[in-house]
Amino acid sequence: MRIGVVTFPGSLDDGDAARAARIAGADVVRLWHGDPDLHGVDAVVLPGGFSYGDALRCGAIARFAPVMESLVDAARGGLPVLGICNGFQILCEAHLLPGALTRNQHLHFRNRDQFLRVESTDTAWTNGFTDGQEILIPVKNGEGCYVADQRTLDQLEAEGRVVARYIRGNPNGSQRDIAAITNEAGNVVGIMPHPEHAVETLTGPSLDGLGFFTSVLRALAGASAGAHAGGHQ
Amino acid sequence: MARVVVDVMLKPEILDPQGQAVANALPRLGVTDVSSVRIGRRIEIEFAGEPDLDRAREIADKLLANPVIEDFTIHVHEDASAEVV
Repeated sequence: MRIGVVTFPGSLDDGDAARAARIAGADVVRLWHGDPDLHGVDAVVLPGGFSYGDALRCGAIARFAPVMESLVDAARGGLPVLGICNGFQILCEAHLLPGALTRNQHLHFRNRDQFLRVESTDTAWTNGFTDGQEILIPVKNGEGCYVADQRTLDQLEAEGRVVARYIRGNPNGSQRDIAAITNEAGNVVGIMPHPEHAVETLTGPSLDGLGFFTSVLRALAGASAGAHAGGHQ
Repeated sequence: MARVVVDVMLKPEILDPQGQAVANALPRLGVTDVSSVRIGRRIEIEFAGEPDLDRAREIADKLLANPVIEDFTIHVHEDASAEVV
């Protein structure tokens, strides 16, 4: 399975995202912001960092990058996409996910290991977790406060689209402690903390982040097995 | 000069922690009669020809403001010499 990792000018965590995907067992394809070709990848990670220097708003300029034109169409067609931190901001700006990420309520950049509770295992990126599983991965953001109007928040809750919530402390003031959400189809997930930094004992607080990458490989294997079985009917 | 000014503000229901931080600092200047501060962004767009409000509105809606959290207003910048009079 081939996982693409996009590099924008100002991306910081593309290397770690690529490494995490590789450790999970994927073949990694590095994608470039200026190239609209997705090179036939089976899934895409939009990494953390400060694309285009966070000019205007986080993710606002990246949304119009050539690679995003192809990615938005592919995501609407079912391609699994994981946006981490700045990637989450880009997915919101591109209207693939509802709501927005704003300045942390306390105005401080927050960098710490953070406990989350996984609340939806129906997505392409979280099917390997158990419902309610508590995981520990790093959070590091200045603009990670998730906001949306009440109706959108209620809809996300009612449809089981809150993928993960902060527990044991909310690091940025996100409404309803939301750390990660998904689209209606469950193929697009945005998460503010960093699973790609928790895939090895040497550098991470746990190996919990690996589950996101192994989940998508499992989803893709299931999809291709299903397609294969369907072909024989 | 054909200049259009776009003012972008957070919607009233969106918390503005920067504005709150400024408001909280005002008592240190001896200012105690300010109840609220909200911070926005002013963007000046210069057109090569006549100012085009419709184009400016499109630019603001698609890029300059995020309609999920922000409102914007648009006006043509008055000639500076006219303002003096």
